[in-house]
Amino acid sequence: MHVREAAPDVSLLTVGMCHPLPLERVRDFVHSVDRCFVIEEGDPVLYEQISAAGLVVSRPPQEFRFGEMNVQRVRQLLTGESSPEASGPSPKPPELCKGCSHRQVFSVLSKHELLVSGDIGCYTLAALPPFSAMDSVVCMGASIGVGLGLRHALGSQDGRRVVSVIGDSTFVHSGITGLVEMVYNPPESGHVVIVVDNGTTAMTGQQEHPGTGRSLRRAPTSRLSIEGIATAVGVDRVEVIDPVAESNRFERTLLEMLASEKCCVIVARRACLLARKAARRDTSRATATHVTVGQCQQESE
Amino acid sequence: MSSVTNVVFVGIGGQGVITASDILAAAAFEDGFDVKKSEIHGMAQRGGAVTSDVRYGATVFSPMIPTGEADYVIVLDVTQVDYASRFKKPKGLMLTPLALGDDLFKGQRGTNIALLGVLAPHLTLSMRAWEGALLSHLKPELHAENLQLFRTVAERTRILS
Repeated sequence: MHVREAAPDVSLLTVGMCHPLPLERVRDFVHSVDRCFVIEEGDPVLYEQISAAGLVVSRPPQEFRFGEMNVQRVRQLLTGESSPEASGPSPKPPELCKGCSHRQVFSVLSKHELLVSGDIGCYTLAALPPFSAMDSVVCMGASIGVGLGLRHALGSQDGRRVVSVIGDSTFVHSGITGLVEMVYNPPESGHVVIVVDNGTTAMTGQQEHPGTGRSLRRAPTSRLSIEGIATAVGVDRVEVIDPVAESNRFERTLLEMLASEKCCVIVARRACLLARKAARRDTSRATATHVTVGQCQQESE
Repeated sequence: MSSVTNVVFVGIGGQGVITASDILAAAAFEDGFDVKKSEIHGMAQRGGAVTSDVRYGATVFSPMIPTGEADYVIVLDVTQVDYASRFKKPKGLMLTPLALGDDLFKGQRGTNIALLGVLAPHLTLSMRAWEGALLSHLKPELHAENLQLFRTVAERTRILS
């Protein structure tokens, strides 16, 4: 569609299947035109396959490997002009909600200038100002592995500043194996993992997970205990702390753990503000249903 | 592509950027145009910038408006005016909350609907299509208030222009 708009009169071959590429169709098409451009977003996947087949086609410039394909890019490609893309003031970035308990956690991490190995969730927003308190984010569950790697690589002196931060749902998804690694191959300086437990999967829309005690349909089910898991795998010290109501205890415990050279876990537990709002709504709905059922029973008796 | 009308909505999560663009898209569709829209969303509760492109005309290809080619840029939050100006074509029109009179319009809620009221007289879409789209995208309890807001702002804009 970007091509149709940028150049309504050119011949266009749209490839429905890019692997395996319908090479004969592509070959016929390339031979039928004066010049052929490959329009693709990201890596030059089609370009490489077509070139490898001995066909001469023009490829998108290297800088187009990043960002989205759009009408302007197609125009530039066809005309060969390379004017710089629009720049200027940035849009307002997202931020942690006002009153979010993650704010308390990251203000402490920022204050003590710790090296924070982060993970995927709302709390990844702490990488942005004003906190700027996240130094690496790789993929779900990587916070613990990367943090342990940093501890090992940096040695006991610099390594003791490293903290891993992971959310509750990400912890359930792929953090548990990291904890096992921590106690199996403990770094010389120990390690500290903070599980920021807001009792929901907040970033993606407040889905339930095994640590919430409710199924995806919000029905009650057994709740995975994060602190129980940590204790069971053999973590030396496990503390559950409300980072807002017990902010002093949170900071004190974190510093103690960093100095202890032991493998430690803090479960920083405080419910997500947005989820609490939703829970109240659910509760009132549940109560309303209950009343109706009760009335029905009375009527039938 | 001169027959295509391009409108970009820019604001901050929670202000109704997506709702406003949905209403415009539905109104244009109702009047028989080919309509495409795209949006960057999901930042509603984290206070990030949200943008949405609406394009309508006889035939629309790309769902995205090339930067610097929007006929109208509707900015719901004054802090995003500088950022949003990149979308406007040189002779395009930018509409901001400053276009709304203080006497008619108080507060944040409804900025999206009020700005649609400012936009409406500039476009050729029928009032029937506008109002139908507005009603179908808002909860019934908000109908009366928003319909009145839309009509009043549209009428005033029409008289002033």
